[in-house]
Amino acid sequence: MKPHRRRRLSIVLFLFIGGLTTVLITIFALKNYINHYYLPDQIVSGDVPTERTIRAGGMVKKGSVAHDSTGLGVTFDLTDRVNSTFSVRFEGILPSLFREGEGTVVVGRLNDDGVFNATRVLAKHDENYEPPELKGMVEHVDP
Amino acid sequence: MSTLIPELGHFSAFLGLMSAVGIALFGFFGANQNRTAWVDMSIRLTKVQVAVLALSFLFLILAFLEDDFSVLYVANNSNTALPWYYKIAGVWGAHEGSFLLWTLVTAVWTVLVATRARHIPLKLHGYVLGTLGVLSVMFLAFLLFSSNPFERLVPNVPIQGADLNPVLQDIGQIIHPPMLYIGYVGFGVTFAFGIAALATGKIDSAWARWVRPWVNIAWLFLTIGIVLGSWWAYYELGWGGWWFWDPVENASFMPWLAGTALIHSLSATEKRGAFKNWTILLTLLTFTLVLMGAFLVRSGVLSSVHAFAVDPQRGLVLLTIFVLVAGGSLVLYAFRAHTLNTQVQYWGVSRELLLLINNALLVVALFTILLGTLYPLGHEWFVGGDEKLSVGEPYFNAMFVPIMLLLSFALAIAPISRWKHTPMRLVVNALLLLGGSAVVALLLPWILADGVHLGVSCAVALAIWIIVTHAIACYRQRKALTLGFIGMSVAHIGFAIAVIGVAVTSVYTESKDARLKVGESIEVSGTQYELVDVQSTESQNYIGERARFDFGVRGSLFPERRYYSIREHITHEAAIAPGIFKDRYITFAGPMENDTWGVEIQDKPFQRWIWFGAVVAGLAALIAMLDKRYRRLSQRDLEIKYSA
Repeated sequence: MKPHRRRRLSIVLFLFIGGLTTVLITIFALKNYINHYYLPDQIVSGDVPTERTIRAGGMVKKGSVAHDSTGLGVTFDLTDRVNSTFSVRFEGILPSLFREGEGTVVVGRLNDDGVFNATRVLAKHDENYEPPELKGMVEHVDP
Repeated sequence: MSTLIPELGHFSAFLGLMSAVGIALFGFFGANQNRTAWVDMSIRLTKVQVAVLALSFLFLILAFLEDDFSVLYVANNSNTALPWYYKIAGVWGAHEGSFLLWTLVTAVWTVLVATRARHIPLKLHGYVLGTLGVLSVMFLAFLLFSSNPFERLVPNVPIQGADLNPVLQDIGQIIHPPMLYIGYVGFGVTFAFGIAALATGKIDSAWARWVRPWVNIAWLFLTIGIVLGSWWAYYELGWGGWWFWDPVENASFMPWLAGTALIHSLSATEKRGAFKNWTILLTLLTFTLVLMGAFLVRSGVLSSVHAFAVDPQRGLVLLTIFVLVAGGSLVLYAFRAHTLNTQVQYWGVSRELLLLINNALLVVALFTILLGTLYPLGHEWFVGGDEKLSVGEPYFNAMFVPIMLLLSFALAIAPISRWKHTPMRLVVNALLLLGGSAVVALLLPWILADGVHLGVSCAVALAIWIIVTHAIACYRQRKALTLGFIGMSVAHIGFAIAVIGVAVTSVYTESKDARLKVGESIEVSGTQYELVDVQSTESQNYIGERARFDFGVRGSLFPERRYYSIREHITHEAAIAPGIFKDRYITFAGPMENDTWGVEIQDKPFQRWIWFGAVVAGLAALIAMLDKRYRRLSQRDLEIKYSA
């Protein structure tokens, strides 16, 4: 093989192996770190994994927001406005745009009692903008 | 007169479109036919374009200042109660106006290239202007035909506007978007240089020297823009977080990574004529990523803090622009790139090799972020169904942090490396310094804190190593130090400072939530914070409560909770006591039951180092840009050109 051919071949091989490794590692990491998104009916029906972090969305049920008597803990219900409702537990300050009757996405884990322990609560950021997940849900629910 | 302002603004923008068409045509055909007069015409038109677009922008500002709610965009994003400076910032507070600013920034870059780069060959200049003209045409057409900020709301003119989103009523909104746009569109200039190089089929070290200052200045602004965004999120939105791997943050970070790779690759192209193809590809890639970012942010396909209101039709137009620019430039690249390459010899731990490693790592990092950002979209489009996904921070951290540590390794050897080949002795010396840095990085936390965190020690060891090798290299070369070398060293030291900040603040931040009565206190990280009192506060467009916390000998912080009545929107204005070694950060949640007040207090060590390091690196780009060789050699090239 001519030297420049060998050189080119080694570059191509290097790129190929490097690229493949990157893709494989990335896909592996994606599989492990992906957060699936669930709606209230899926949470209630129980086919949601409890061992990993997930995202869930729903409307904050009116009158359900209850602050603890001590500490910053708060409990509220998320509902799809039809018949599925689940409780969310969150320790911390709720975001600015969190309001009863409005959509919210929570990030965290579902425990075995069906209560969602949220590590983050995301509300929509202004009245023109809603997270696409929630938009889908509203259309789904309020025909 | 004043009732005509929106029409005048609209008309000016239209004139801007006309001049952009002229810039593109005269630029391209002037270059193609070698007609000096045509290229001169293109140069003249860039001045017209910047003037009319500045006017158009000014008219939109006037419409905001005059509370002209007959203009839909003003009615949606302003209010009579808004202070005048937020009325001006409101001009770029939503999609339409911010895109007008984007087109104005494009025009400013274009006129700068037209007037400040007269020393470059006529053909190259013509093609560069032509390309920028085409970009302007696309942006302005998009602005006028699907995002017109001057659209009237007649006959039902509202008496009052809907107000600017309270989150945007901040100094951050005044400076962050303009900086970012200047950086983004600045990479349009380097894109144009890439296209022009492909069109002329000539790329040499002179070309690299002409491009480098433009890359550096664009990179400077993009860096500052991103830092401002991070800082703003930190105090306004972030609850003390400074980076969320939010899709839109990623959209700004990916071009930054590509631009960083470009700066490094250009250095090899300039000095050694190496990586020519790759450099060109990076000029194209960087701006393609900018446009992709614009599409992601402005189409509403992503779930993000930054996303503008959703409009699928606009998204489609932006996607078209993206596909045209990316596809067109890549096709051109595919046909022309092979004409450029040259063979360059280097072996061992040469500077070329290190730059290659740098580029490989940056591109891999970019690629992993790209995959993480687009994966949910791809899943939705190709798999479909009801299942929705998102990729969280753990993924990005797991991918990005190791890559950056590897990069630090290559970066620390950079200042002692030589072109072609570096003597082994120098490399060994550098590695010995790593040993010393590691000892310091392990001892420091052992003395100062209770335990050693291995990850932090690793990062800090690498950072100290980088700082030491660069300082030594600068000292050794003190008699023949160029601004280029100083720039590189300062940039790398800035990177090291940021690494220390990221590592320490991520691991050692302490945070506590509590409900306090007035007079009660809470201890965080060894300091007592006492809630002294809570008072009501109000301004033109909000009411709220303001708390006073005392800590230490005479420290006080005043976090607020505000209620903006027009949009019925609550914001939490955190109070921060910044410091070189730690930030104290208090968020005030407002009243709870039983006369208590909700509060979150954080102690964030080394937080400022992140932004300080990044700003230092940004300014380093400016230092390198001022290197004499960019001026002197350009002059010499000019003489050669005219004597030939």
